[in-house]
Amino acid sequence: MKYIDEFNDPGLARRLLDEIRATVTRPWALMEVCGGQTHSIIRHGIDQLLPQEVELIHGPGCPVCVTPLDVIDQALEIASRPDVIFCSFGDMLRVPGSDRDLFRVKGEGGDVRVVYSPLDALDLARRNPDRQVVFFAIGFETTAPANAMAVHQARRLGLENFSLLVSHVRVPPAIEAIMTAPSCRVQGFLAAGHVCSVMGTAEYPDLAEKHRVPLVVTGFEPLDILEGIRRAVHQLERGEHRVENAYPRAVQEQGNPAALRMIEEVFEVADRNWRGIGPIPASGWRLSDAFRAYDAEHRFGVTGIRTEEPAACRAGEVLQGLIKPTECEAFGTACTPRNPLGATMVSSEGACAAYYLYRRMTDGPAPQGSRIPQEEMNPVG
Amino acid sequence: MGHGGGGALSAELMEQVFTPAYGNPTLAALTDSAVLDLGGARVAFSTDSYVVRPLFFPGGSLGDLAVNGTVNDLAMSGARPAYLSTAFVLEEGVDLAVVERVARAVGAAAERAGVTIATGDTKVVESGHGDGVYISTAGVGLVPDGVDIRPQRARPGDAVLVSGPIGLHGVAVMSVREGLEFGVEIASDTAPLADLVATMLEVTKDIHVLRDPTRGGLGASLNEIARASGTGVRLRERAIPVPDEVVNACGFLGLDPLYVANEGRLVAFVPPEHAEAVLAVMRAHPQGSGAALIGECVADHPGMVVVATGLGGTRVMDLPLGEQLPRIC
Repeated sequence: MKYIDEFNDPGLARRLLDEIRATVTRPWALMEVCGGQTHSIIRHGIDQLLPQEVELIHGPGCPVCVTPLDVIDQALEIASRPDVIFCSFGDMLRVPGSDRDLFRVKGEGGDVRVVYSPLDALDLARRNPDRQVVFFAIGFETTAPANAMAVHQARRLGLENFSLLVSHVRVPPAIEAIMTAPSCRVQGFLAAGHVCSVMGTAEYPDLAEKHRVPLVVTGFEPLDILEGIRRAVHQLERGEHRVENAYPRAVQEQGNPAALRMIEEVFEVADRNWRGIGPIPASGWRLSDAFRAYDAEHRFGVTGIRTEEPAACRAGEVLQGLIKPTECEAFGTACTPRNPLGATMVSSEGACAAYYLYRRMTDGPAPQGSRIPQEEMNPVG
Repeated sequence: MGHGGGGALSAELMEQVFTPAYGNPTLAALTDSAVLDLGGARVAFSTDSYVVRPLFFPGGSLGDLAVNGTVNDLAMSGARPAYLSTAFVLEEGVDLAVVERVARAVGAAAERAGVTIATGDTKVVESGHGDGVYISTAGVGLVPDGVDIRPQRARPGDAVLVSGPIGLHGVAVMSVREGLEFGVEIASDTAPLADLVATMLEVTKDIHVLRDPTRGGLGASLNEIARASGTGVRLRERAIPVPDEVVNACGFLGLDPLYVANEGRLVAFVPPEHAEAVLAVMRAHPQGSGAALIGECVADHPGMVVVATGLGGTRVMDLPLGEQLPRIC
């Protein structure tokens, strides 16, 4: 794919890295908010190529990881009911609840289905009028518009057997929570490009000003990430702190007006609990009063579930950028993708999964700054 | 379901359930086909079951897979496949025209691969207890003298070759199974590889390892070879041929092409002194025209596969746990 190749070009990457090296004079800690960016960084070895002064801290932007344990347990309970078709994105199926996961429920006879869009779940509801179809509506601002659209359509079609189990979270309140934590080390942010493509950048200037941090809207390909880092370091070295859009091919200042209208019509801002982090005020959405009838939590009466995280799991600290996954004592021993303690080890965007998949060497994780010989970068064959 | 995905869970099921139950030195080799000594002849023997949905997909069908899969498993030990058996499990109520179409595909694929369907079986299960049509095939073939191909023979220095673009079969099946359309038709690569292998063996009988990276993809196959031989594998990401349409589809779904299934590709570990000549004959063969040198076997990091990324970093390429799952966003 030519378009993607352009964002993987080793020559351009070297030029950006040279520029970052030439700019940096002292240590800086940048947080990439999105788990998709974390995986791209680790998968392409970007952190290994950066100068030692630039540290990347992995943020809480993995939607699967931050979905609270009590909501996972609600999902497991609903999915176990014989009259229910429970629909979810694939990467939720291995996330551990208190005593099992959705795969286990499926293996025990629950009708759990992987779908690629909430509209697929809506279609299932239309074709199965005698079953209740529930869609597990998790995620950040990126997935909210399509989920809102599904509920909107369900009402328009008069479908009474469709509902959402909602656990939507919003990025700006999470940035606020990270910056106000006493242990915060973050000096600049690579803001998640997909989130901004929906929401625009209007929520960010106040955050940049209040906490005096650069916020650079960044994409997901290797060159996108290097460009985001270059701009953030440039601002930090000059003592600046403003919002910059380094992902203009996808992000406009005003966001996507149609998507925003759909979110506004169906959802309302609510306090949310983040797995591993705890409650953050106004950090999520729930269905608004007009659409409350489509709320699976109430339809199935699964309120009041209380849970406890495994004591050995330090996913919360990983999600807040306080430790690297490999600093957790359970990493790779008591906690693996096969037997995960926390969602960060199973999610396709989880930081622990990224380190386990891409950095687990027999002699420990690859050190920062390690290189391979230049000739190995040349295509062969 | 993860236990059938060709990843770590599949290996676990084998190691924990089947190997202890049947344990014997031949099975313990855990190769795609067993090489048996029968009255002085070296016979490769293999069996496999095919449960793909849908039964027909761009570029192939269940019938093609059932023949090519077993033919290729035999070929991966260097054998010339000769005879196959087929066992059909039909679900009550399946349209007879569908069964006929599958059977014709089996016949055509056998003819293309140069094998004879020598025996067979048919069973019918009650409605709701099957998925239309399942096929199991078994096959035998003769291994030429002097040929000893198995994962344990990988050695540091071996060149790692792949016979063509990867990921096409998995994406082709997903594109119809999941109702996804990617704007271009992606056809499965399903094909018999025995003739390609015979051509490679004409260059040298000293090919160390052959593997067809089916379920679990290139990633699973290379990990199995690294573990079986106790050597490391080092790949160059930019050298691995991944078609644009596979890159696009996998990007959309959040899947890694290195773990997507193939049905008409092989990976070969060849002593370095023969690598260039083997690569040349592969490229001259219709089944290997897209062949590439993608890395080498190393003494470092024994049992592990490490990828040099296009940008100059490195990452581990681990055995996948089970099936890959599409991501949320």
